[in-house]
Amino acid sequence: MIGGSARWLVSDLMLVGLGSGFPWGTLLVNVSGSFLIGFYAAFAGPGGRILAGPVQRHFIMTGVFGGYTTFSIFSLETIQLAEAGQFAAAGFNLTLSLITWVVAVWAGFILGRRSTTLVRR
Amino acid sequence: MQNLAWVMLGCALGGMARLWVSNIVGHRLGEAFPWGTLVVNVTGAFVIGIIAAVAASGEGWFGEPTTWLFAGIGFLGSYTTVSAFSLQTLFLMQSGQRWQAAGNVALSLGLCLPAAALGLLAGTGLTAMG
Repeated sequence: MIGGSARWLVSDLMLVGLGSGFPWGTLLVNVSGSFLIGFYAAFAGPGGRILAGPVQRHFIMTGVFGGYTTFSIFSLETIQLAEAGQFAAAGFNLTLSLITWVVAVWAGFILGRRSTTLVRR
Repeated sequence: MQNLAWVMLGCALGGMARLWVSNIVGHRLGEAFPWGTLVVNVTGAFVIGIIAAVAASGEGWFGEPTTWLFAGIGFLGSYTTVSAFSLQTLFLMQSGQRWQAAGNVALSLGLCLPAAALGLLAGTGLTAMG
């Protein structure tokens, strides 16, 4: 509920800022959500800086970040680009999304772990 | 403000539906591979295709802008998830299960995009009939 409303606000603002030609809003939402879940998983996981209880972890990871990011709207927008004959844009969205999602979750995880070890020293 | 309320209501229900479906799938097929997230994303992509096509027709209840906010942006947007997909792929890679990680990526993209396309086709067919 919190995550999904934030997604709608972010992608709506992006739509106003960058226009509706390319689904930048969904990309930004999915990339930032991947980064945050990676960070949180390392930061609040076993051995992390703060040890969040299972209920809190579940709420944040499944509820907030899960609802913030979206695979269905990404799929729909990619298909709609292809349907409109914009195959290059569809392929670009697909490739860019996949790469940035995976890099973002990895970067988030590394940063989360690093900030954990920094504090311990 | 009313638009936000529709999105929030859809999100709340969509998030619960995701948890429910992915738990059932996880219990049936085990937690070693993220089948739950995959099933949620593929089914969500199919249904959002149907709803988008029907919404585009602008007819009836599904043609209302608030229906798209509730069912499309809210419910299905929240029902599916990229963050869990990314994190599960990362965990598979970190535990050395490279083939499973690659398989998760290939299956997710290879099934979700055709599912959305099929959903759009089905939705267009439905509006043509109705």
